[in-house]
Order: sequence, then structure tokens, then C-alpha cells
Amino acid sequence: MAILKVCGIETEYGIVTRGFDVSPVTSSSMLINAYAGSMRQKIGWDFLDEHPSVDARGTVTEASFPPEIETHLVNAVLTNGARYYVDHAHPEVSTPECLTPRDVVLYDRAAEEIILRSIASVNALLPDGQEIGTFKNNSDGKGNSYGCHENYLVSRDVPFGRLASHITTHFVTRQIFCGAGKVGSENGAPDVPFQISQRADFFEEEVGLETTVKRPIVNTRDEPHCDPLKYRRLHVIVGDANMSEVATFLKVGTTALVLAMIEDDQFPDWLILRHPVSNIRSVSHDISLTSTCELQDGRKMSALEIQQHLLGLCQNYVRRYDDPTSGDADEILQEWESVLDCLKNNPEDAADRVDWIAKRRVLEGFAVRHGVSPLSAQLRAIDLQYHDMRIDKCLALRVGLRTLVSIDDVHRAVTNPPIDTRAYFRGTCLSRWPQNIVAANWDSIVIDTGDEILRRIPMMEPLRGTRAIVGELLGAVTTVEDLLLSLGSADTPGWDPHMTPEPGW
Amino acid sequence: MVATVEGMADQIRKTTPQTESHSAPANTDMDVSSTSGQRLKAELDDLLDEIDEVLETNAEDFVNNYVQKGGQ
Repeated sequence: MAILKVCGIETEYGIVTRGFDVSPVTSSSMLINAYAGSMRQKIGWDFLDEHPSVDARGTVTEASFPPEIETHLVNAVLTNGARYYVDHAHPEVSTPECLTPRDVVLYDRAAEEIILRSIASVNALLPDGQEIGTFKNNSDGKGNSYGCHENYLVSRDVPFGRLASHITTHFVTRQIFCGAGKVGSENGAPDVPFQISQRADFFEEEVGLETTVKRPIVNTRDEPHCDPLKYRRLHVIVGDANMSEVATFLKVGTTALVLAMIEDDQFPDWLILRHPVSNIRSVSHDISLTSTCELQDGRKMSALEIQQHLLGLCQNYVRRYDDPTSGDADEILQEWESVLDCLKNNPEDAADRVDWIAKRRVLEGFAVRHGVSPLSAQLRAIDLQYHDMRIDKCLALRVGLRTLVSIDDVHRAVTNPPIDTRAYFRGTCLSRWPQNIVAANWDSIVIDTGDEILRRIPMMEPLRGTRAIVGELLGAVTTVEDLLLSLGSADTPGWDPHMTPEPGW
Repeated sequence: MVATVEGMADQIRKTTPQTESHSAPANTDMDVSSTSGQRLKAELDDLLDEIDEVLETNAEDFVNNYVQKGGQ
């Protein structure tokens, strides 16, 4: 049986300064420091577990450029279990580990709210006439791209080669409902006035370790942040950042279902693409949704037809297997079927949930009303402003996108962790004993009780440290010393051998 | 000059109510879709009016000044 699809999203935001000039690393650091300062909290990140150059394929001989760890940059862990940091030259928020795609939507929205609050905090500190701005997109339109990555927990038992070739079919074709849309093309791709995806032009390899150059459709970074004998973390770099909540829900939900189906060996071998790298561009460049991809058996199908097959396979899969998305499968399948029906019959009907269609509708309407030509600065400005995080400027907020989560829930998610993953333990410890937590990362927390020796609490199981497992234990302790004693004592209710504190850092 | 965070948050979700998040049964999808299509068409003019109001006045500068260093 497939394991539960614990998942999350990490988004790098575009950043600009207005009225002053500093490097993007500096402005990103100012943004995060202003937020951490306003929260009176700044817990560091523990880099001991970071191994971004380990490759899931084992030893690889070709030259590759593993990402470097930037330990000197601003890094914070938040009480909702998220990580907020400077990655390369962008502010990035990684959501906490979530058990359902709907929770990923909630915590991705909470990340947007954190960015908004950061902007409000930093701009209040800046002199009149100076401000920092952010954008939730993936390209500056000038050949520079930055990512919105997804992560999914996958069983280590699945051979990586099979996982990669099967999931590629979904990655190449899912953009028809989760592409964010872009005016023009980049990175040497053929000229088009408009395309479905922000990111597709930047993918040049099928499989690989890189994330900043020669980007691969399937990234092989083997850094599970949990028990490496049992799990993989599939690190997905191929997606666009979505403004539409439904698009995020579909992106994560459909991918979780397809991954579970691959894990249970229910994905048919004929549904593999012969030319995924050229197809990811050709699908993105074809807003008529009619161009075809060649399959392993020589058949040719459009991305829409391939998605209809994947939907049918997942409908059958969910009928016969346990729901890998912990209760969201029915809603995912309904939304998936509905959006594919729209794309087939009348794509404009999906303008309330598909970013590229919502954006294109505005671009077309504007072009007709004002008689502007394709690729004009005004259309590029509309493209960019769709993703502008300023409330008074953001076009995505004005196009009638359907929402899935309430603003009250988003506010709660800014400070409170999900209750059903280890993020619950991380976030709760951070809010209760911030002065004692020296550092934290995905799979451990380091605690200083004032003794000479620091204590590390391991969290190698993503589905432990939940409220159901440690809620009672956390409720019964007052001090961090009590917490360490309880976690280390087999007589304590909720005691978990996986989370027994160990000395040292 | 920056509005309060609470005020911003209230505006950010001024979109369609949550109850629409559940899709209609498959056999009525076409009807629902065409109604929603007509609604969207009727709203397009209003939407374009609003876009004209909020669109950056100097589109060229706005676009040219948006240069990012590459990321992941």
C-alpha cells in the first residue's frame, strides 16, 4: 500500500526595492528580519541534516552542480512549523509538512499572509519614498527563473527510475490546469505571444540534480529529512507558483494521487512520454490544447487526453485502495474532472480557477479594448501585476478566482501548526519555549536548558509528533526540562522511542 | 501609508463565497458552466474598468525595472 502523502510547498518570491537600491539578498534579509522582529522571535535553522548534493540515482558521473547550502543567510523557523529564509536572492517560505492537499493550500495562503505582514513591517521602518515589493511568480520575463517547489513523501521501496519515468507524464501535462500563464517566451524557446506555464521554458533535462541551471523535469535530490531507509522526499521543481487556491489544490492533490498509484504499481507502462523535454515546452506553448505528445508505444495524445486517462486511472485507483491524501481524494477527483471538462468544452469557464486562463482573459480583453499589440509593455505589465503581492495592485485578487479556505483559517495558520504531522511538535515547542530552542530543522529540535550539553530531539517520522500522539504529553509539562524528562521516560503517556532526546548537537 | 494587516486581509478574500468550492454533479456540469461563463463575460467589462484603474501608469518602467537574480 502506498504511504500517506505528507506534502508541502516552498515558494521563492520575486523581490524589488522602490526608491532605494540594495542587493536582493539584503532586501530579502530585511524583509524576514522585520517579520521575525515583529513576532519577537528568531529561531535559527539547524543545517546538520542538509545534504542537497546526494543524488537519488546513486552515483552519477556526469558533471552536475549541486545546490550549495547558504548557512550565512537569514533563516527562521516559525511557530506554524514553516521555514522562512533567504534562498539565493529571494525570500522563501516553506510550508510545514501537511497531511492533506487542502492543508497545503491553507499553509501556502498563510505563507502569502506572512509575506504581506513582512512587507507591512519592513515598509513601516523605511523612510518615506522607499519600499520593498514582492511577487508570487516564477520568472522576470528576462530569462531569470525562481522556483515554487513541492515535496511529497514516497516509500523508499519504489525504484527511482520507475518513479521518474511515470511521474514525468503528469509533470509535463498537468500544466494545462496548474500553469500560471506567461506573456512571451524565454531561454531560447520559440516566440509565442502567450503560453500556459511560467516555468516550462527553463526545463532542459529529463532527470537530474540541478535546480538553478539546466533544470530537470524530475529532480533527483535525495534529502528525505526523515528516516532514509523508509522514505524518499520527492522534490518537485517543475511547477508554477499559483495565485488560484483551486490550482494549488489540484496541483498537489493530483500529484499525490498519481504518486500513490505509481507506488502501488498501478501506473501503466504505455503512458510514458518519448520526448518529455520538448513536450513540456510544446504543451506550454499551445493554448489551443491540441498539440500531441508521443507515447512509448508510438501513440500520440494531447496533454488533455493524457490527463483524462490519468483521471480515469486515479478514479479506479481510489475505488480500490486507501485514500493516500487522508480524506481529500473525492474532492480532488471532482475538481479534476470538472476542470478537464471545462478545458475540453469551453476553457474560458475555468477562468475562476485556472491562473493561465484567468490571466489570458484579462490580456485579451485589454488588448481588444486598447488596441495594443502582443508582447507590448502593457500586456507584460498585466502579466507581472497579476502576481503583485500589493493588495491595491494585485490583479489575481480582482479576476474572480474561487477560494477554498477562509481568511480566519489563514490567520490561524500563520501562527498555528497543522495538528496531524510532526510540524505540530515543532511549532508548539517554538511557541512555548522560544528562549530554550537553539535551532530547529525538519527532523529535529535542539534545546538548551542552561546545562553544558545541548539536547537534540529527533523527529525522523513525519507522522509522529502529532497532537494525537504528543498532545497529552505537551499538555502535562510546564518547563522545557519537564518536556525532556517526559520524552525520555517510557512511563510517560505518549512516550515515543523515536523522539527520545539525545545529547550533543 | 501601508494599510493595517487586518484591513489587507479582509480585502484579500473578497472573492466568490466558499460554498462554490464543491463542484456540481457531473450531469449538470454543462449548465453550471454555461451560466458561469455568461456571468464571467458580463463581468469582463467591469473587470477591465478596474484593471485600467489599478494598472501601473508607466507599464514600460514597471516591466523594465523588474529584474530578478535567478533562483532554484
